[in-house]
Amino acid sequence: MSIISLRGIEKYYGDYHALKGIECEIAEGEFFSLLGPSGCGKTTLLRVIAGFEDVSGGTVVIGGQDMAGVPANKRPTNMVFQSYAIFPHLSVAENVGYGLRRARLSAADMSAKVDDALKMVGLEGFGARASHALSGGQRQRVALARALILEPKVLLLDEPLSALDKKMREQMQSELRRLQRQVGITFILVTHDQEEALIMSDRIAVMFEGEIAQLASPQELYRRPATRRVGEFIGVMNFLDARQIDIGSDEVRFAVEGLGDINIRVKNLPKGARSFAPVVGLRPEALSINYEANAKSAVPGKIVDLSYYGDMTYYEVLLDGTSQPVTISMKNLTSRPILERGSETRVTWDEGSLVVFAN
Amino acid sequence: MKGGWLRVYAIVYLVFLYLPVLLLPMFAFNQGTVIAFPLKGFTTEWFVQLAGIQALHGALLNSVFVAFVTASLSVIFGICAARASTRFRFPYKGTIMGVIMVPLVLPEIIVAVSLLVVMVQVLDLPLSAWTVIAGHTLICTPFAIAILTSSFQGLDQSLEEAAVDLGETRWGAFKNIILPLVSPGIVASFLICFTISLDEFIIAFFLTGAEPTLPVYIWSQLRFPTKIPAVMALGTLMLVASLIILSVAEFYRRRGVARVGGKDSGGFL
Repeated sequence: MSIISLRGIEKYYGDYHALKGIECEIAEGEFFSLLGPSGCGKTTLLRVIAGFEDVSGGTVVIGGQDMAGVPANKRPTNMVFQSYAIFPHLSVAENVGYGLRRARLSAADMSAKVDDALKMVGLEGFGARASHALSGGQRQRVALARALILEPKVLLLDEPLSALDKKMREQMQSELRRLQRQVGITFILVTHDQEEALIMSDRIAVMFEGEIAQLASPQELYRRPATRRVGEFIGVMNFLDARQIDIGSDEVRFAVEGLGDINIRVKNLPKGARSFAPVVGLRPEALSINYEANAKSAVPGKIVDLSYYGDMTYYEVLLDGTSQPVTISMKNLTSRPILERGSETRVTWDEGSLVVFAN
Repeated sequence: MKGGWLRVYAIVYLVFLYLPVLLLPMFAFNQGTVIAFPLKGFTTEWFVQLAGIQALHGALLNSVFVAFVTASLSVIFGICAARASTRFRFPYKGTIMGVIMVPLVLPEIIVAVSLLVVMVQVLDLPLSAWTVIAGHTLICTPFAIAILTSSFQGLDQSLEEAAVDLGETRWGAFKNIILPLVSPGIVASFLICFTISLDEFIIAFFLTGAEPTLPVYIWSQLRFPTKIPAVMALGTLMLVASLIILSVAEFYRRRGVARVGGKDSGGFL
């Protein structure tokens, strides 16, 4: 059952069309991400759900109730702000318990609830601290505890990890994930970091210019991006010009620059598409350097550059008959020598991983 | 010596700036009735004399009343303007804020004369403490706005939304989150406006009615040579009071900066 239904959400700022008819269902208990470059409308959409922005059109339904006319303070959502918005003049405990002030709990109940919330985010015993003396990671946890203590139906997170350094961010990613499983509340995360979205989410909505370009699981999004732009935005993708030359009953034949003619099974084609974009995509791991001298399907190419990452090496290979090099990632095994810049090589590919885009 | 001339310049500058002010307490405690050297011995007689002048007490009360009302009004206007300018976007904001801040640099004599014309000729109002308050509020409000704007500017915009998100109404969020955070700025701007109004002479001189403020009273006494030592004593007391009030104001302003964890970018003191 979906906890949030977004139906035809439109948002205008003057002439600027920020959200263009967003349709989306978010399931109960799901970790859902809104992913996109800055200015794509992901934060605006989050603020629409929270009630900080009015919609110009469309309906927001949360928990079966139409949110039209329901102000932010009456919505069953709570938000973790990008800046965390910790109240600097209040202690940690006062911050965490802020939303409960209206509940008129006894002092003992209140402090028990605050202690539970602090324990949940790993800040046991921090209640009496002054909030302006906390580190970035601690502020983040206080913001989480403050929002979760109200047991919202949906927790909204606006780029909550962008202010943290890399180590802290990775730690918080797995902690957020654990926390979400523990409390079972729907989390909606706004992020511009595709890696973060892939790691944390059950489903991801990729947004460009106020529209959802694709809504899918991380795996599907990575393996079968719906458009070239989604493929480019998530991870690294090589694009090769392709021409459709024959359509069979269970296969379509393409002529791909640098790789030659390739048959692609119908199950690997975008569903319901009748014509295809004149380009195909390949992830770096779908291509590989061929170390055996006489492989059948290998095509020749020249290594123009390489980057050594310890566990992996990324080769830039210019395939014969093409003008742009492709990126190929290879695991570094001791049996595989690292090839040198400028050397001639042969490249194979995994046909099942070749991505065809609908036109 | 490196920077020798700069050091001399700095010392001369400070002497020029503060020596006349230091003469005030010096003659206030001088026994002679004439303001001249050599000094004639220590006395507190002039301060005792002050306590006995009824007209002075009236002037002091007038001044405190005018300063209090002026500071209250200026701070209220200042809060509205500072919040509007830091929180909202609206057309011609720069122009509007500029026009509000202009009295900061307008010659006071011009302000005083034009206000007098408006009050007397146009509005046909009797001159009173209230006309002085109107004039003082006009020149004090820009100071209040300047101080309060820096208080409001230091605030994260999300704080208010976070409070609303946690169940507060917009007014509740303003009252419980924003006002406590800017309260040091409010105290500081109140005290500075109070001091400015208390010391202000030109506008008060033009707009005051039958009840002069303290500076106007002092000026009227300067015509009588025998009263000058008492005026010196009074000036000394006002100097001390101003210094104390401004120090307290600065203390609150700095505490406000520290409270939101901000960096001090300098204030009025």
